Amino acid sequence: MENILEYLKAERSQEWRAEIRKSMKAKERMEKARTEMPEEDPLVRSVSNVEVNTGLTAGQAVLEAQRCIDCPSPTCITGCPVGINIPKFIKKIEAKDFLGAAEVLKDTNGLPAVCGRVCPQEKQCEAQCFYTIKMDKPPVAIGYLERFAADYERDSGKMAIPDTAEFNNIKLAVIGSGPAGLAAAGDLAKFGYDVTVFEALHEIGGVLKYGIPEFRLPNEIVDVEIDNLRKMGVKFRTNFIVGKTASFEDLKAQGYQAFFVGSGAGLPRFMNSPGENYNGIFSSNEYLTRVNLMNAANPDFDTPVISGNLVAVIGGGNTAMDSVRTAKRLGAERAMIIYRRSEEEMPARVEEVKHAKEEGIEFMNLHNPLEYYADDNGRVNRMKVQKMELGEPDASGRRRPIPIEGSEFMVDVDTVVVSVGVSPNPLIPASLPELKVTDWGTIVVNKETMQTSIPELFAGGDIVRGGATVILAMGDGRKAAAGMHKFIMEKIKAN
Amino acid sequence: MSKILEKEFFSENVVRLVLDAPEIARTRKPGHFVIVKIDKQGERIPLTIATSDPDKGTVTLVIQKVGVTSAKLAAMQVGDEIMDVVGPLGKATHIQKTGTVLCAGGGVGVAPLLPIVEGFKKAGNRVITVLAARTKDLVILEEQMRAFSDEVIIMTDDGSYGKKGLVTAGMEEVIQREKVDLSVVIGPAIMMKFAALTTKKYNIKTYASLNTIMVDGTGMCGACRITVCGKTRFVCVDGPEFDAHQVDFDLMLSRLGAYREQEQEAYQKYLETVEIAG
Ligand SMILES: Cc1cc2nc3c(=O)[nH]c(=O)nc-3n(C[C@H](O)[C@H](O)[C@H](O)COP(=O)(O)OP(=O)(O)OC[C@H]3O[C@@H](n4cnc5c(N)ncnc54)[C@H](O)[C@@H]3O)c2cc1C
Ligand SMILES: Cc1cc2nc3c(=O)[nH]c(=O)nc-3n(C[C@H](O)[C@H](O)[C@H](O)COP(=O)(O)OP(=O)(O)OC[C@H]3O[C@@H](n4cnc5c(N)ncnc54)[C@H](O)[C@@H]3O)c2cc1C
Ligand code: SF4
Ligand code: SF4
Ligand code: FES
Repeated sequence: MENILEYLKAERSQEWRAEIRKSMKAKERMEKARTEMPEEDPLVRSVSNVEVNTGLTAGQAVLEAQRCIDCPSPTCITGCPVGINIPKFIKKIEAKDFLGAAEVLKDTNGLPAVCGRVCPQEKQCEAQCFYTIKMDKPPVAIGYLERFAADYERDSGKMAIPDTAEFNNIKLAVIGSGPAGLAAAGDLAKFGYDVTVFEALHEIGGVLKYGIPEFRLPNEIVDVEIDNLRKMGVKFRTNFIVGKTASFEDLKAQGYQAFFVGSGAGLPRFMNSPGENYNGIFSSNEYLTRVNLMNAANPDFDTPVISGNLVAVIGGGNTAMDSVRTAKRLGAERAMIIYRRSEEEMPARVEEVKHAKEEGIEFMNLHNPLEYYADDNGRVNRMKVQKMELGEPDASGRRRPIPIEGSEFMVDVDTVVVSVGVSPNPLIPASLPELKVTDWGTIVVNKETMQTSIPELFAGGDIVRGGATVILAMGDGRKAAAGMHKFIMEKIKAN
Repeated sequence: MSKILEKEFFSENVVRLVLDAPEIARTRKPGHFVIVKIDKQGERIPLTIATSDPDKGTVTLVIQKVGVTSAKLAAMQVGDEIMDVVGPLGKATHIQKTGTVLCAGGGVGVAPLLPIVEGFKKAGNRVITVLAARTKDLVILEEQMRAFSDEVIIMTDDGSYGKKGLVTAGMEEVIQREKVDLSVVIGPAIMMKFAALTTKKYNIKTYASLNTIMVDGTGMCGACRITVCGKTRFVCVDGPEFDAHQVDFDLMLSRLGAYREQEQEAYQKYLETVEIAG
């Protein structure tokens, strides 16, 4: 910790930075209003797949960067799970050195264009900004600025490929190509390893591809990052399920010396309500996969999707928001959220809830589904819901929803998307009986090194956390890469 | 990418494809399936691995044309490449020596039944196979089934070939004639439902291999879910074989029809484009 503070201090006292800091009085900086993110018109975007946030212009970015007072002890950094040197990249933007800003971001975050878009900033870096905690003012728009710098770099065509150490011919395997796997692969390639990423699906990217929709995170942005990893020498094998297509033993026999498991929390949960298996009722994974991964809404593609008129989405997380906004884009007349607590407890990002409202999504908060009914063809046509009220806080600290007796009523629906959470993917634990897992099926790791109970196996992301965020998964991947590097170096020394 | 190495028509609507897929060939066991996606625009469909040759690194699929994707596959040529093939998926069949095994297949179920018939025969069982179809032209894989069965009984709805009657009539004939230790049924949900009711009457342990609609085939989406013994199960990871006496076939039947309109429309469109192309 000492070291980091020393380092940050030294960075802050560099001449260019001191100069930028002095170029404007702190008072003047603090008087500026937070820049609004330009957005596509709700009427346009709710019937198309265009990205909702259109991104800051260079002018807007510089103005917003000026708000940051470059605090001597920047609390914002403590809110970022990967510890981005936030004031440094922001001051680079203020100095109009946009490529330099991107470089700072990439020191600690391999996918800034992704995180700038999907991080729950209001709960992380921006929650710890001086403006939030000391001034009770809107925080510096760290996420917007991160996205700006990353997009600028990509559009400039001068994307820097990180330096890699000399190729050492040691084979390592990364299982799963979500943010955890991609982050681990990037760092391992930097250390000089021969890295292969194995992915069960036909596309690279995990949830970034099959889950989060185009209108929030265009696939093209993820693909650029994957291309960069390729340029760094990372190999990708799609349609390869470790534990099925080949076992760990097989891979060891092929010379892989250590493994990173980032297999995610891909298993959908259902509520076991009566009638839940009727046609027209999907898990959010199926619904989003059909639309995002399989392109079902595009008539040129073969996969079908049911695009209902009266769509109810059960849940209040990001996945629920993505599903309900997708339903609207597929032409739903009514697209409703049915959530058993109130808006305050919603786990979804504040921005997503705001965007959903602008797009005409109906919110039935404090309602819970009880049962589904179907027509003669087995297609859902109505559901029974019950009103809820909030009681005392439960173990999660959120107020517990309590059913109100006698408040049940019917809602007409023709499509229902159940979005009440996911469980850890059991494929890897099932293929390794000696691997230590928790009662919930998450893999147990050493929190410093991300090493599992099997020495050559490391793990991170949702398979360890049971459902978290893109940036936490990436942080795990990077930590694990460091742990693996140490493990291999020690093994070599011992021999 | 998987290259098509061999292709053979068993009948107008049934084709055998041998694919280059060395990794899958090495780990595959009877009962396993693959998910195939032909090209960028393609959908992912499940197909049972009929046989495999680990030395040559090949897997064999037997495909019956029922809609767009199966028809496109049947139209592919030796040397063509299938973009995505992933597997082996599902749980392998519990093949053991039990005595007499009664296998019954109908419609789309006949192809996936083939490796199971072969497996039970090779494990030293007496295997009796009942193949059911609406009419003579729709009877498929008869010769291949005969190679691994002690007896093959053909049933047609209209009596144009074999015996007249439903699959259940053929099964009852065998059950009344001799002791059956185990039964395996694969076919349209309605057929499996009645086949299961038949064996239940005689208390014969019965497995049904369920061919639900799938997307990923790895337990990630729940498209393949069915109700077994009152509980939701995922066919792709918990199955595809289940105790037939516990499966809610009515629900499965209705779930299979979820995309019928879209499928038929797409198939019509496909057939038209094929006709135009000549
Ligand atoms: C719809 C949706 C919206 C979200 N929105 C946000 C958001 O706005 N902000 C945010 O921070 N987080 C969000 N999240 C959460 C975030 O996406 C996850 O926390 C993150 O993706 C976890 O990363 P991961 O690498 O652990 O796993 P994943 O992204 O799940 O990737 C795991 C990959 O491993 C593959 N795999 C599994 N088993 C095997 C195997 N045996 N062999 C080979 N491959 C295998 C899977 O196919 C998958 O591609 C959202 C999640 C969803 C579903
Ligand atoms: C585990 C498993 C193994 C299978 N093995 C084989 C096999 O070895 N050979 C083979 O020919 N088929 C097999 N099937 C069935 C095969 O997947 C379907 O025939 C295929 O998905 C149809 O796709 P399509 O685009 O050609 O037709 P679609 O247009 O999707 O469907 C056309 C018609 O077929 C019906 N149908 C659609 N999907 C299925 C299905 N999964 N099962 C039964 N009927 C369906 C529809 O109701 C519709 O009426 C298997 C299915 C599963 C789940
Ligand atoms: S990675 Fe996420 S938490 Fe970290 S600075 Fe960027 S937006 Fe904030
Ligand atoms: S806490 Fe806020 S104002 Fe201070 S350095 Fe960080 S972003 Fe800038
Ligand atoms: S096919 Fe998706 S869970 Fe079985």
